Amino acid sequence: MTVTLKPVDAVLVGFGWTGAIMGQQLCDEGLSVVALERGPWRDTAADFATGFAQDELRYMWRHHLFQNVSYDTLTIRNNTSQQALPMRHLGSFLLGTGVGSGGVHWNGQIWRFLPSDFLTKSHNQQRYGRNAVTDYDLTVQDWGVTYDELEPHYDTFDKLCGTSGKAGNLRGQIQPGGNPFEGPRSNEYPTPAMAQTYAPTLFGQAAASLGRHPFPHPTGNLSQPYVNPLGAQLGECTYCGFCEKFGCGNYSKASPQTTVLPYLMAKPNFTLKTECEVLKVELTADRKRATGVTYVDSAGQEYFQPAEMVILSAYILQNVRLLLLSGIGEPYDPSTGKGQVGRNYAYQTMSSVNVFFDDKILNPFIGAGALATVIDDFNGDNFDHSGLGFIGGAYVAGMVTGGRPIEMIYTPQGTPAWGLEWKHAAARNYLRSFSISVHGSCMSHRGNYLDLDPTYRDTFGRPMLRMTFDFTDNEHKMSDYLTDRAAEVAKAMNPREIKLNRRTGSWSVVPYQTTHNTGGAIMGDNPGNSVVNKYLQVWGVPNVFSMGAGAFPQNAGYNPTGTVAALTYHAAAAIKSQYLKAPGALVQA
Amino acid sequence: MAGTAGAAVAAARHDGMLGGPPQTFTGAVPWQEGAADAPPGVSGTDFIFFTSAERAFIEAAVDRLIPPDPVGPGAVEAGVPFFLDHQLAGQFGQGQHYFLAGPWSKGTPQQGYQSRFSPAQLYRAAIPAIEKYVAATFNGAAFSKLAAADQDKVLKGLESGAINLDGGVDSATFFAMLLQNTREGYLSDPIYGGNKDMAAWKMIGFPGAHYDYKEWVTRHGERVPYPPVGFKGRPGWTER
Repeated sequence: MTVTLKPVDAVLVGFGWTGAIMGQQLCDEGLSVVALERGPWRDTAADFATGFAQDELRYMWRHHLFQNVSYDTLTIRNNTSQQALPMRHLGSFLLGTGVGSGGVHWNGQIWRFLPSDFLTKSHNQQRYGRNAVTDYDLTVQDWGVTYDELEPHYDTFDKLCGTSGKAGNLRGQIQPGGNPFEGPRSNEYPTPAMAQTYAPTLFGQAAASLGRHPFPHPTGNLSQPYVNPLGAQLGECTYCGFCEKFGCGNYSKASPQTTVLPYLMAKPNFTLKTECEVLKVELTADRKRATGVTYVDSAGQEYFQPAEMVILSAYILQNVRLLLLSGIGEPYDPSTGKGQVGRNYAYQTMSSVNVFFDDKILNPFIGAGALATVIDDFNGDNFDHSGLGFIGGAYVAGMVTGGRPIEMIYTPQGTPAWGLEWKHAAARNYLRSFSISVHGSCMSHRGNYLDLDPTYRDTFGRPMLRMTFDFTDNEHKMSDYLTDRAAEVAKAMNPREIKLNRRTGSWSVVPYQTTHNTGGAIMGDNPGNSVVNKYLQVWGVPNVFSMGAGAFPQNAGYNPTGTVAALTYHAAAAIKSQYLKAPGALVQA
Repeated sequence: MAGTAGAAVAAARHDGMLGGPPQTFTGAVPWQEGAADAPPGVSGTDFIFFTSAERAFIEAAVDRLIPPDPVGPGAVEAGVPFFLDHQLAGQFGQGQHYFLAGPWSKGTPQQGYQSRFSPAQLYRAAIPAIEKYVAATFNGAAFSKLAAADQDKVLKGLESGAINLDGGVDSATFFAMLLQNTREGYLSDPIYGGNKDMAAWKMIGFPGAHYDYKEWVTRHGERVPYPPVGFKGRPGWTER
């Protein structure tokens, strides 16, 4: 028997970064807001205390903070000729759950996309011709929002996090030491760049010797103490090397817990309910308006939460699934190209180059999630793609997130995976090696999409999400070209040897790559090419907003969180200034 | 709530497990004493999962995966069999973070783990199947009695999937899990029963759960002199 609850102004479905930001923005407007989170409460003192936070086995390999796939996962395949099977164990991406979700166990890599990244179709078409954006059956498109529109919101997120970095472009003036390719920033970073350890320093020197433009990675691992505009206090990072896949026990990594929750949780008009799984968004009979959401708690009780606004603030895979389960929009059909929901799913194209020294102790365990020296010379359209046969690019980073030894013992080319030879290679190389990361874009493709699986169901009896994805020729060519650029820098460091880890073959769910899934609920300038408008408002159901990287029409060569946050603030600003005064479509179809 | 009861509550409400009670939070960041989400370590020396035959296989196999020599400890010396035993007896062995419901198909290599077995079931099925193969191939011998070169040959056959096993076990799937779990036992914090005396960390030069490296960040190329430390300290510390 479903219990109907007291109506609220807004219900948040999922409580990570986008839920926390939207909750704060809407509560400050005086709205009554309920957040429904399917995982547990988590906070620094009890859950990531420094006495036990640095536990590689428990967090990385036993998935302690991640979504437990035993009762809800998705199905996967490379193409429509295959039968999709369940992702029975996390691997390629590490889905979050619980309060803060991926915002707890991210690295803190805070990027802005390039101005041209928001114009993927028109910009590349203009510079390289029509075929450049349609070859290989690519389905790239413009975002419908520009860098200039998002800049103030990127700035707000930097101030929330206290981002450490060095500006490369301040209001159009190129700044020494920063990224000269970035879009104009209205302000310098709130805190200075982190000090660099040996390996990133060597990387930067080698890159500069080749005429590249190295700069410190912008980071949410703070270089100094910081108090943000909400009054939340962050501490100076201790470089313990346990960010990625871990919670920070030192209040040094920007997360919903360290930047928003101390403020938001005290608001009398905000309520958080944990262990509550939203089953679907309920619609009026004419399907033009949401009435609220139905959810079930871990005690098995089902509730209907009526709400004036429904904000889908779960991870992209769950947001897209909820749209499909709720019958919002038309599901994408790859055979006809019709339908929008699930279309243009994309990912990130990762590769790396391992570098081995004999004469240099690198101390890889001195690390932080975004401790890196980076070159952006070959990202987006920062370089001439004429004749290369691909669009997109990558940043190349001499990065040391840590030296967690189960995951991060690098051994030279040809070393067996076990036996004395492996052990000797581990003993010889651990302190003297590191990895250069190549963080590549992923264009959207006609055959890559999300829909509902016809066979597998979760513990609630709902169809699982089905992911159909493979890397395209565009991605392989881009990744090979960029891996070669990384190898040039590696060789310029004069190491004993290097090892190239190219992105070859079909996408596999097994090895960890990155939790940067995008698309499926993409934004655009009309209902014929997108699920949401530039304010993340669902076309045709104007009181539903879908947050997150699901809105990316294709993925750029950067980590997504900065752009996810900027889009959330951009949506919140439109809701506050326009929607609340006249609820309805913010963009006319 | 404090002590053990608090820990039990913590265990239930963390980890996204079904069964954590639904909670409503309003008015403040909540605080609950005694509910820190500390890791469950292991104690004692008794094996609780492996049979004696299984244990003989495991000890022989992991010591070929990471053999002992003067450079550093072998897997047995590091306590990996004990680590594996307790991992398989606990939540990992039960497949707590695996989706194991049907229907089941072999799938492509890109689709990853597709067995119906939990990790504990996989070990339980794989070891006798391997012993059956070994007995048939090596005149009735057990794996632990083979010469090292023959043990390596068997392990390579499992790794490549060239050896077909009875009992519904995919040999490459089992080998991949055994190797991963062996590395885990060799290199994880000693609270889990492996990495005895942090000797594997000493061998590679990892200082362990060290909390603050600020003063070392810009001391490029210098060796950090700290001996490894685990969650329970280190052997060199004086016990009161």
